[in-house]
Amino acid sequence: MNTPKTLFQKIWDAHVVHEAPGKPSLIYIDRHLIHEVTSPQAFEGLRLAGRTVRRPELTFATMDHNVPTTDRALPIKDQTSLRQMEALSENCRTFGVTLFDLDSPHQGIIHVISPELGLTLPGLTVVCGDSHTSTHGAFGALAFGIGTSEVEHVLATQCLIQEKPKNFLIDIEGKRPQGVEAKDLILSIIGRIGTSGGAGSVLEFAGEAIRDLSMEERMTVCNMSIEAGARAGMIAPDEKTIEYIKNRMYAPVDFENAAEAWRKLPSDPGAVFDQSVQISAATLAPQVTWGTNPGQVISVDATVPSPTDFSDENDRKSAERALEYMGLKSGTPIESIEVDHVFIGSCTNSRIEDLRRVAHFVNGKKVSAKVHAMVVPGSQAVKKVAEEEGIDRILKEAGFDWRESGCSMCLAMNPDVLQPGDRCASTSNRNFEGRQGAGARTHLVSPVMAAAAALEGHFVDIRQSGQVL
Amino acid sequence: MEPFKVTKGIVAPLDLPNVDTDQIIPKQFLKRIERTGFGQFLFFDWRFTKDGQPDKKFEMNAAPYQGASILITRANFGCGSSREHAPWALMDYGFRCIIAPSFADIFYNNCFKNGILPVRLSEAEVDTLFKEVRQAPGFKLTVDLEQEKIFSDNGLTFTIKIPSFQRTGLLNGLDDIAVTLAQEDKIRDFELKQLKVPTPLL
Repeated sequence: MNTPKTLFQKIWDAHVVHEAPGKPSLIYIDRHLIHEVTSPQAFEGLRLAGRTVRRPELTFATMDHNVPTTDRALPIKDQTSLRQMEALSENCRTFGVTLFDLDSPHQGIIHVISPELGLTLPGLTVVCGDSHTSTHGAFGALAFGIGTSEVEHVLATQCLIQEKPKNFLIDIEGKRPQGVEAKDLILSIIGRIGTSGGAGSVLEFAGEAIRDLSMEERMTVCNMSIEAGARAGMIAPDEKTIEYIKNRMYAPVDFENAAEAWRKLPSDPGAVFDQSVQISAATLAPQVTWGTNPGQVISVDATVPSPTDFSDENDRKSAERALEYMGLKSGTPIESIEVDHVFIGSCTNSRIEDLRRVAHFVNGKKVSAKVHAMVVPGSQAVKKVAEEEGIDRILKEAGFDWRESGCSMCLAMNPDVLQPGDRCASTSNRNFEGRQGAGARTHLVSPVMAAAAALEGHFVDIRQSGQVL
Repeated sequence: MEPFKVTKGIVAPLDLPNVDTDQIIPKQFLKRIERTGFGQFLFFDWRFTKDGQPDKKFEMNAAPYQGASILITRANFGCGSSREHAPWALMDYGFRCIIAPSFADIFYNNCFKNGILPVRLSEAEVDTLFKEVRQAPGFKLTVDLEQEKIFSDNGLTFTIKIPSFQRTGLLNGLDDIAVTLAQEDKIRDFELKQLKVPTPLL
């Protein structure tokens, strides 16, 4: 009998072009996603070396990081952003790469549109010059972020030189309590294993609580694998995965045969992981970050911790600095923290399901007068469905600002930037110092938690509201 | 790529764990389409006050650390975004070697592609270096990649271990793409084999 293999091992083994003892492996890349910020220098490198794109039909591009989220008919004011977008158009034209540009009905955040288009498939290797490429692991793909030199390497060779990562099983047993969303699962995991707990590893999320998740929710979980320091995060494909992909634009033509191959991908019984951790879903609560990294997170019904709560010196120093930056005092109940901005969007939480849950929660209510709340759909396709379903109307009537698709205030590279001292409940993935604007304070939460904070002007334990889906 | 064999230089301290790439180079400076010119924006929000003056509270701004080429810092350096603008900024500022107890994976890889040597030393060894630097600001180290050693004029010596593929690449300033393209026959064999699997790519 063959040795049992994990999902990761199966995909890795199927993509090794060359390996030799003591050396990193050469692995083949099936999908290369590119955007305007991390690709111009890679194309420039190709030009300087007189190289070409080996398989342009496997590379797909969009503009997302610095696009404005206001009316698309308006000219782009920021000339440097415009220059990056023009460089991407020019590079895609010259090298024959498919581009979903600002005018395309398929434009959106790269990690939202690739699954929507059926480009992300189980068993594939997927890379992008963006750390949140881990999102695509939700389909049982091996997907990870790379730097610009590696973008150039993939363009030129369709391969990457990689050390084989370790494999780390995160087993979440049991059912999630009401009000605990996919975002709370991943924030809890990062809180547990730390922001470098996954370093050097590919995580596999498994267990009943993971199987119960929809594809959109699985993407939220895998998306933040990088926030645990992991190389990638993956979830075994199942019938939900197959159903999601069926009939999408780039779904395999020979779909039934492809689906049969995908059904063989899940980790075999008895497959060995380098490391594993068990978490009981029943013990989890809605999460709110209080610090300046995603591991500085706590339940909504708790209080802001004290640096002295941490035994590790690095953790203690980090906590001290974080509390000062965040303008928080230890012992403050999380629910009493007031916010003046709410951002619902990003590659973590901007998909149609996220917006449906938010609309359901805020229907007929009003955003607090002291809060500016903004919803940025992940793609033009998400926006279109939301508008067909009347989600935009519900949100606008509640007082939310309804925008065009892009990365927006997740990293504030476009005009959506907070001011120093602003405090924001955000569905994005990073609460680093200055991430949403120099001096701005970010609290990461789930979409419904963000919506509740928008209505009340402070964090709310949504389990108490009686309205959670 | 510029080869790295030996470098001797001033050591600058950055006494923080989990320094993310957003801090190394904030997003507003990612809009250039070149690989150069990022050094002026390195650690921007920490280095400068709101009115654009060097911030005295930022230890690295002190006079003895000007011209430093070696950075010592704490665990998980370079976490977060995959932006290669982070090593570009460090290199452009003048850093050729970064010493920390641990690095985030993508950043660690990105360094080698740009002629920067990231070195992992134990927490205790890094503590020793912080002490040395603070006792004598302007303290220098020699980093010898060929011999895999770091040493100081006052007798400190550390043995370092760099993965052999990356070490060879840095020592010779190799272009990874050329290395891979030399395996063209293997890539082509793989592609031909792949065409026969039941999951067509497109």
